[in-house]
Amino acid sequence: MRRPWARAAAVQAACVAITLFMAVPMYLIALAALSSRESLNRFPLPLLPTDLSTETMSAFLRSTGVVPAFLNSLQVGLGTLVLSLLVGVPAGWALARYAFRGKEPYQLFLLLTRALPIVVLSVPLAKVFLTSGLYDTTYAVTLLHTALALPTTVLITAAVFVGVPRDQEEAAMIFGATPVQAFLRVVVPQALPGVAAAAMFAFVLSWNEVLGATILTLNQRTLPAQVLSTLSDSPLAYRFAGGLALVLPALLFIALMRRYLLNMWGATLR
Amino acid sequence: MAEVVVRNLVKTYAASAHRATDDVSLEVADGEFVVLVGPSGCGKTTLLRMVAGLETPDSGTVHIGGRDVTGLPARQRRVSMVFQSYAIFPHMRVRQNIGFGLAMRKVDRQELERRVQRAAELLQLEDYLDRFPAQLSGGQRQRVAVARAIVVDADVLLMDEPLSNLDALLRLQFRTELKKLVRQLGTTTLYVTHDQAEAMSLGDRVAVMRDGRIAQIGTPLAVYDRPDEQFVGGFLGAPPMNFFPAQVRLRGADPQLVVGEDTWPAPAHLKAYADRSVLVGVRAENIQVTADPPAAGPGAQPGWSAAVVEVVEPTGAAVLLTVRLDTHQLKVQAPPGFPARPDDTVWLRSAPEMLRFFDPETSLALVTT
Amino acid sequence: MTELADQPVLRERPDRPAPRRPARRVPTPVLLIAPSLIFMTALFVWPTVVAVGQAFTGDDGPTAAYVRRMVDDPSFWPAVRYTALLIVVLIPIQFAFALTMALLLRERPRFAGVYFYLWVVPLAISDLAAGLVWLSIFTDRGYLNSVLDHLGVAGYSWLQFDHPVTMFLAVMVAELWRATSLVLVIVVAGLQGIPKDYDEAAAVFGATYWQRLRHVLLPQLRPSLQVAVILRTILALQTFAVAQALTGRNLPLLVGETYRWYNALLNPNVAAALALVVLGVSLLAAAGYLRLLREHPEARG
Repeated sequence: MRRPWARAAAVQAACVAITLFMAVPMYLIALAALSSRESLNRFPLPLLPTDLSTETMSAFLRSTGVVPAFLNSLQVGLGTLVLSLLVGVPAGWALARYAFRGKEPYQLFLLLTRALPIVVLSVPLAKVFLTSGLYDTTYAVTLLHTALALPTTVLITAAVFVGVPRDQEEAAMIFGATPVQAFLRVVVPQALPGVAAAAMFAFVLSWNEVLGATILTLNQRTLPAQVLSTLSDSPLAYRFAGGLALVLPALLFIALMRRYLLNMWGATLR
Repeated sequence: MAEVVVRNLVKTYAASAHRATDDVSLEVADGEFVVLVGPSGCGKTTLLRMVAGLETPDSGTVHIGGRDVTGLPARQRRVSMVFQSYAIFPHMRVRQNIGFGLAMRKVDRQELERRVQRAAELLQLEDYLDRFPAQLSGGQRQRVAVARAIVVDADVLLMDEPLSNLDALLRLQFRTELKKLVRQLGTTTLYVTHDQAEAMSLGDRVAVMRDGRIAQIGTPLAVYDRPDEQFVGGFLGAPPMNFFPAQVRLRGADPQLVVGEDTWPAPAHLKAYADRSVLVGVRAENIQVTADPPAAGPGAQPGWSAAVVEVVEPTGAAVLLTVRLDTHQLKVQAPPGFPARPDDTVWLRSAPEMLRFFDPETSLALVTT
Repeated sequence: MTELADQPVLRERPDRPAPRRPARRVPTPVLLIAPSLIFMTALFVWPTVVAVGQAFTGDDGPTAAYVRRMVDDPSFWPAVRYTALLIVVLIPIQFAFALTMALLLRERPRFAGVYFYLWVVPLAISDLAAGLVWLSIFTDRGYLNSVLDHLGVAGYSWLQFDHPVTMFLAVMVAELWRATSLVLVIVVAGLQGIPKDYDEAAAVFGATYWQRLRHVLLPQLRPSLQVAVILRTILALQTFAVAQALTGRNLPLLVGETYRWYNALLNPNVAAALALVVLGVSLLAAAGYLRLLREHPEARG
């Protein structure tokens, strides 16, 4: 503390070092995926983007199953988003606005379900879906992903609704609003960004989930499932391109959700 | 404009054993300003919320302007309210916040604009109409909440501790303004506070509540000067009323009070309590104090008692002394510049008509007529 | 069901709980949580029951054959070992790393916003993608060996099957890169919940930075750290795609083995048995930590 500038410099240096550790791999995967096949075969690999090309990416996108898998991923992701909100938002509202017997056990149940490994669900679910004809459909994967996203959706939306004080609803009702009007005009506008964050969370969870999607499908692969199941017999260039295709949405998601990150992963976990 | 009549309201919350309001009745005349005051948990807010229609009573009725509104939802009661947290909507601009009640009641656009403008002028908010609440100071948010409440021309204005979130100086300033404003409007007002000074300064009448009941209701001065129970005297006023026990003894036909080793003259009506103990209540400003020993011996003025000074607190307008009289601690208000230091001895007395008497068992005021 | 008191949450002041609506036949909150309850039961409880059936019943009644097959598989014990090793080595490093990051951010350096963004991006990156990212670095003709080559150092086959140490290190680095951000956001959120007064009070009474960290900050962060430890342990148990992308199945892990039994060996019964092992360990970990939590309820803040 005697030399504040030295301390600030040390902090800055540490921050830069950590940032390099986090950012350099992302730079490298982008570099690899945007290099031509020919330059990927060179050794040593060029470390600067001197030879950019869309060849590797377009080859990846043209490989069998990638575009359908991409569409499946989109469909499952949106399905998960809608279903988890439909089921989760009312429960979040109940947790935020009511005290009821069974509230504590219900919350504990939610937390417990987060402790269940995905494998435990996927293997028996495959059997259940086989007998019910849902196996190898995007619906099966949607159901699984909704189950995985639901506890978080409930907890996030509960936190969001708690953030809109009941006083405000009451004020709206004093000044002439019906309960429904109060909800629509006062609660919804304030809760919307948070609920949108919960929706994005569900989508990203679905977009990233690979094990369950692989086990529950044969032909209707999602993108990660497609990449994983063809991993062992595909060239490195394909894998790098797949890696970038999976990383890009993450950058976008985190950029959009910066404000809500702490709420989503931090506060609601307690 | 309307009067509020509350009859026998009982409310018990599911989680608690005792009643939040216990058979409360209250009448607020048209245009009157009534303040509900009491310590936290006394049921004052619950009572206000039942009048607002935000709580449903277990039993009892609420009438506003002769209309039974007990079963009506808040929006149909033609009431208006200022919340302790202000509860202004953060996603709306000041203009929309103030106009919310009018918009809900489908007032036409021009009329709405005109009335919002007027309310904004009354509360000096004209320059802030297009801001969001987050861009306002606490005091300005408070003004928005009040503007929103007065713009709708409700029958009854309800206020739930509206000043408690302001800092001391602002609170004092806005209190004056609020009193002026409500007087101009002439709206029937029910106001909740835990601050006794606020209650005294604002209300036409003050209702002191305790444990779900109204302990006493009356004009501020009456309640301050003649508390019905020890609790009311101890709650209102800063410092609160002094209480100490004394014995009533007859000297000839005149009753006297025995306080420790001294005797004080007592009002004649105390005769009925001869040879019994009473609790004496006296306000700090009703105790005379002198630093000079009164002349002793025969012919000396009777009724001066010696007390030892413990703490001296100058307040500017006066000096507040904490003294020990016999075994009792008393607060005494002395004139500014009063020469006293800790451990000095001072002499006290009080005019008999300034003393109030309570039953030591029930703490209720003794019937004095 | 009517005992469920239909009553909104009690808030700040004791004399003013929010309103209680008159009891109806089915209380509103029950209606509101019912869909989620049914959904979760159908997709969590039921599969768990089915899994037990799959693992322990054969064509003719109860059997331990699948369990025996699982245990007799030559990859089983290495998978258990590597999974355990990963948790034991990774988690302490990860927490030290995340704490360092959070404390650095707490110093409010310039560009703190940019740093925070870059440090938490991996939150949204899947384990498979993380594996592929690091594959581009660790593969034989990848970026790490390229850099070494530029420096005139001979390359190394980091991911080759007979180099288990570097293979394990590669998986660990990738997991550290991917999953530390989760711990970071929990810790940062926890730090935000701690009033600065305590720290300042400690400083006024002459505590050094390390003393404040040890005696003021960390004890108050405890609840957040505990939650993070539970969550990370359970998630680390499920590490799978990172290893799959980096090493194929040269570095066996429990969930990877489940995937192999199901997908390559087409034996869902043994896969179910393995899944139950993962579940058992997860629940044990969760229960253990919860017990720790309960033993120190004063630390729950």
